[in-house]
Amino acid sequence: MSFDIPDNLYYTESHEWVDPETGKIGLTDFAQDELGDIVFVEFPGVGDHLETDSELGVVESIKAVSDVYSPVSGAVTDVNETLEGEPELLNEDPYGDGWLVELDLDSTDEVEALLTPDEYETHL
Amino acid sequence: MRHYDQATFSEDDSPVYERLLSEKFGTEVAVEDTPLPDELTRDTLELPAPAEPELSRHYVRLSQQNYAVETGPYPLGSCTMKYNPPFTEDVAADPSGMVHPDRSAESVQGNLELLYQLQEYLAEIGGMADVTLQPPAGAAGEFTGNRIAAAYHEAHDEGHRSEVVVPDTAHGTNPASAAMAGYDVVEIPSGEDGRVDLEALEAAVGEDTALFMLTNPNTLGLFERDIEEIAEVVHEAGGLVYYDGANLNALLGRARPGDMGYDIMHYNVHKTFATPHGGGGPGAGPVGVVDELTDFLPNPQVDKQGEDFELVEPEQTIGKVHDFKGNWLVLIKAMAYIARLGDSGLCDTSASAVLNANYLAEQIDLEIPFDPFHHEFVASAGDLDASNMAKRMLDFGVHPPTTKWPEIVSQALMTEPTEAESKQSLDQLADAFNGAFNAGDEELSSAPHRTTARRIDQADAARNPRLSWHALDDE
Repeated sequence: MSFDIPDNLYYTESHEWVDPETGKIGLTDFAQDELGDIVFVEFPGVGDHLETDSELGVVESIKAVSDVYSPVSGAVTDVNETLEGEPELLNEDPYGDGWLVELDLDSTDEVEALLTPDEYETHL
Repeated sequence: MRHYDQATFSEDDSPVYERLLSEKFGTEVAVEDTPLPDELTRDTLELPAPAEPELSRHYVRLSQQNYAVETGPYPLGSCTMKYNPPFTEDVAADPSGMVHPDRSAESVQGNLELLYQLQEYLAEIGGMADVTLQPPAGAAGEFTGNRIAAAYHEAHDEGHRSEVVVPDTAHGTNPASAAMAGYDVVEIPSGEDGRVDLEALEAAVGEDTALFMLTNPNTLGLFERDIEEIAEVVHEAGGLVYYDGANLNALLGRARPGDMGYDIMHYNVHKTFATPHGGGGPGAGPVGVVDELTDFLPNPQVDKQGEDFELVEPEQTIGKVHDFKGNWLVLIKAMAYIARLGDSGLCDTSASAVLNANYLAEQIDLEIPFDPFHHEFVASAGDLDASNMAKRMLDFGVHPPTTKWPEIVSQALMTEPTEAESKQSLDQLADAFNGAFNAGDEELSSAPHRTTARRIDQADAARNPRLSWHALDDE
């Protein structure tokens, strides 16, 4: 099975993606497929400052409840509240309407140190 | 192939309570004046008043729509859904045992003798010095064990120990109980053979380690061959070793956690000694400890002084973890089971549990990546979705195995037939495994086809839960 891995994003070994342009963070296509149907998403507060590897939120699927950790640091500027009513968007469009939070990134260096699309594909 | 169809009913047969409630039919009861504010009270209470036969049919119908160990095989791995012989219910129902739990020790010597004997039997079975019967469930036993470890470290000026180590295949209750007892949980990865990786363990334990929790045989059914070295590593770091009794069924009468180096253990009496599964109701999860830890047991313990049985408070007790002396009606069933089977019967139990799992494994077409296993095994559904396979197995009149756990096996089907099943039942299970494994995509993705409730939309049920009978008003 092959998974969608957009070229313009950076990735983590724990299957999050970060958009260096917008500061948006989400879960990869592989992650949503592994988790199965998402039923509940919990976010940090807008304005919170997240440290690298600190808890970014919780994603619950019919299979498991998983903590999501922020791969980079930054202040939370927005969260995808649409997911509260339509968590299935995370399954249907993980890189688009299914994004989780948006950060004002502390540094782009931190993002560029993450996995490139090629490296992530090798990791999978 | 044996034909199976579970009872189904039409809409007109909708359950009696719901129908009567929705029709507001029944008797009206006047509500007396109460000190509660008016907006919180009602003048009358409407209760359904079905005729007795109607009520009886309601419950029998519900039981027909249910699936139980009394209906067919139930190989739910790790849960040990063994048959509960009704003679234990008869013993528990004996009115002579029904005494008020606050009665004085002198006036309930018979009850105390029975509890004392059970403490002794369990201690002997586990290789422990003493046992508390108070914890009301397996997980409550784990919590109790964690609190005993904390009290022990505290008493030795080692209260700074803040971590409990668990393998990645640990039952979810292990990290949960440790966290509830105030510990940080450290998870270590399993080795390639599916067992504890000694190097990973050595790297994980240290001066912060309070406890290492490990079941044996482990979640994959594999015996932890290095258990003595494992215990030594933890002990050298100053930690204690906890035995999760979930898999004691495989060792019963043949090997004892106390002899392997474990310090604390709980007994799942519903798994090992055939008491009913609690399901949130009254259960029992006795905890055994080695000599150095008996002073920390919960209060009270039943002790024997000369010919008399008394309740005593252990010197450095962690206090109470449940009311009185534990759940008597559950404990008495475990006692009855042990007394009826005796030494040789209990040994036969573990032999049959291991034989049945291994016989079933030989009959099925699925790969089983880790062996040799004991009383349970984890098969892989390969390219198939394990949940779909499980749903198709329902159509063969069996309960499916535990699915998609542990994650160390892809598309896991964790299977534990238990010792009570006959060869015929095991063959029925094998037919279900192979029938579902060799079914086409469409047949699997639309299963089950022959059960009361057909395919449930699990995602919708979780996204839009409707948890009371008021939900009927929406229909």
